Amino acid sequence: MGSERYVKQGIPLVAIFLLLCPAQAVAQLLINGAGATFPYPVYAKWFDEYHKRNPKIQFNYQSIGSGGGIRQLQAGTVDFGATDSPMTDEQLAKSKGGVLHFPTVLGAVVPVYNVKGVAGELNFTPEALAGIFLGKITRWNDAELVKANPKAALPAAPIVVVHRSDGSGTTFVWTDYLSKVSPEWKSRVGANTSVSWPAGLGAKGNEGVAGLVRQTPNSIGYVELVYALQNKIPYGRVRNAAGVFVRPELRSVTAAAAGVAMPEDFRVSITNPPGKDAYPIASFTWLLIPVKIADARNREAITAFLRWMLTEGQKLAEPLGYAPLPKSVVDAELKAIAKIQ
Amino acid sequence: MKAQLQSRPGWLQRALKQNPADLAAHLFTWAFAAGILVVAVLLVYELYAASSLSRKEFGWSFLLSSEWDPVQDKFGALPFIYGTVVTSVLALLLAAPVGVAAAIFLSELAPPKISDSLTFVVELLAAVPSVIYGLLAIFTMVPLLREVIQPFLQKHFGYLPFFQGPMYGVGLLAASLVLAVMILPYIVSISREALLAVPPEQREAALAVGATRWEAAWQVVTPYAGLGIAGSIFLALARALGETMAVTMVIGNAPNISASLFESGYSIAAVIANEFTEATGEMHLSALIQLGLVLFGITIIMNAIARIMLAATSRKGQTR
Repeated sequence: MGSERYVKQGIPLVAIFLLLCPAQAVAQLLINGAGATFPYPVYAKWFDEYHKRNPKIQFNYQSIGSGGGIRQLQAGTVDFGATDSPMTDEQLAKSKGGVLHFPTVLGAVVPVYNVKGVAGELNFTPEALAGIFLGKITRWNDAELVKANPKAALPAAPIVVVHRSDGSGTTFVWTDYLSKVSPEWKSRVGANTSVSWPAGLGAKGNEGVAGLVRQTPNSIGYVELVYALQNKIPYGRVRNAAGVFVRPELRSVTAAAAGVAMPEDFRVSITNPPGKDAYPIASFTWLLIPVKIADARNREAITAFLRWMLTEGQKLAEPLGYAPLPKSVVDAELKAIAKIQ
Repeated sequence: MKAQLQSRPGWLQRALKQNPADLAAHLFTWAFAAGILVVAVLLVYELYAASSLSRKEFGWSFLLSSEWDPVQDKFGALPFIYGTVVTSVLALLLAAPVGVAAAIFLSELAPPKISDSLTFVVELLAAVPSVIYGLLAIFTMVPLLREVIQPFLQKHFGYLPFFQGPMYGVGLLAASLVLAVMILPYIVSISREALLAVPPEQREAALAVGATRWEAAWQVVTPYAGLGIAGSIFLALARALGETMAVTMVIGNAPNISASLFESGYSIAAVIANEFTEATGEMHLSALIQLGLVLFGITIIMNAIARIMLAATSRKGQTR
């Protein structure tokens, strides 16, 4: 009788003990980050793999958008941020203690289209893309397009332009490229995560643009290369600064990064780079790390992760559709890790 | 009833004389009711405070400018106000007659079995998430609009400014239609409740003096339930003004002001949802918050107009 009572009382005690136990045994270090949505799949993979190797460190990343990431980092509510477009000088000036940019992977933006009677790959000159998105080239059989695609049976139909309606790093890369190749685009529209579009319809997200292009005859839009690859959407080749029409693929994207002189703070736009193998509409995406990390354990964990991400982690990027960093950039970043205090 | 109303100003004295349990209940309910007011005031204050940067920069011209350029930091709300008001009002014009007619059928004319099962379906429709409506609209309604309905409208009514211009499928018309479908369940469901709440004596009296069932329903029961039906329409309007997801999926998301319903447009809720997360500039963010303030204002103004119209028509009814 007595022992039975002990058992009955013991069960909840054991249960409570078991509940508390793992929390005490593995005192986890939680590191919070927020920002860009574009690299989210590869970041999620990295943080997961890294946690498997180092069970005591857990990264928590919220893909709330680059703008939100920068703001949260400035407010000090996260340990690190992430962005698809480098922070401006003003934004850096507002961040206490300073912020370091670390490129993680590369992405590219590709033109996708749906033209009646055209099955193959289309070639786009920078002039054609700028003209179409400025609303000046309005028909598919425009001389600029016919010149680049002599074999394609381009119809006389009006072009329906589709762009992103939500603010996004994809739009930043696309408009940054158009600003570099077209003086008129630069003065009339400019580059930003959202801009005042001179022409076309807006759709939300890569999936929105792809969906609208797919179902609207004679339309053109732009999506991330990862998205086009995964969903098998036909996309065009773009003429680069060396005058070669280049198909967007991981190799030509990495080539774009290799051809650009890297500044010390890694804040660089690699659209329209030199090099005949380079795909011209590509960009880094960055992790934003504060220069001063007061907590030694946090600092240790973040720098260790950066080292792992730049070496082992890079191998995980390609299967997910992201172009890995060129070796020169990796070497420069490994040196820059020492700047974190 | 009358005595109760008259003694209302002295509710505090009355409350203090109550027994403790009653007093507690009284205070609790009072606190919750006040809570609603506090939330509303806080909401307006937050929107007002957070938009100070853009209010100072643009002043009242924010409401009249149609420029929206995050690169140059120039912001104006007019195309968004236009898109919001046009789609909501058009949706209401389409949905209100259908919804009220359906409610009359369900409460007055249909056999109970049909009425109950149809009402269940209507309430089910109200619970469908708006993104589902948006997806259905993109994949089914938009192609239908582009291939069939818009060419038909342009061919037969193309002389009207509403049906001119290129036919993309997406645009103000598509957004209004999807909004109309979305607010319909609210109008039907609440109007039906209002009609069912009409005392049976009203119907019996009408039938007794020789009215047909339709005459009783339309001339006696419906006016009696008028306030409830109007309430359902207000609620539907509020829902249409604030709807975001389904609208942004089909409206075209281009800040145009055009008489043509085929043209793409933009609504306030849609632009806030689209640009807020990636708005890096302070002015951009502030302008988006000011848009929220403007939407709040529009909701109040539209509701006020509706209430004034209601008051005017019911007074007319009494003098007749």
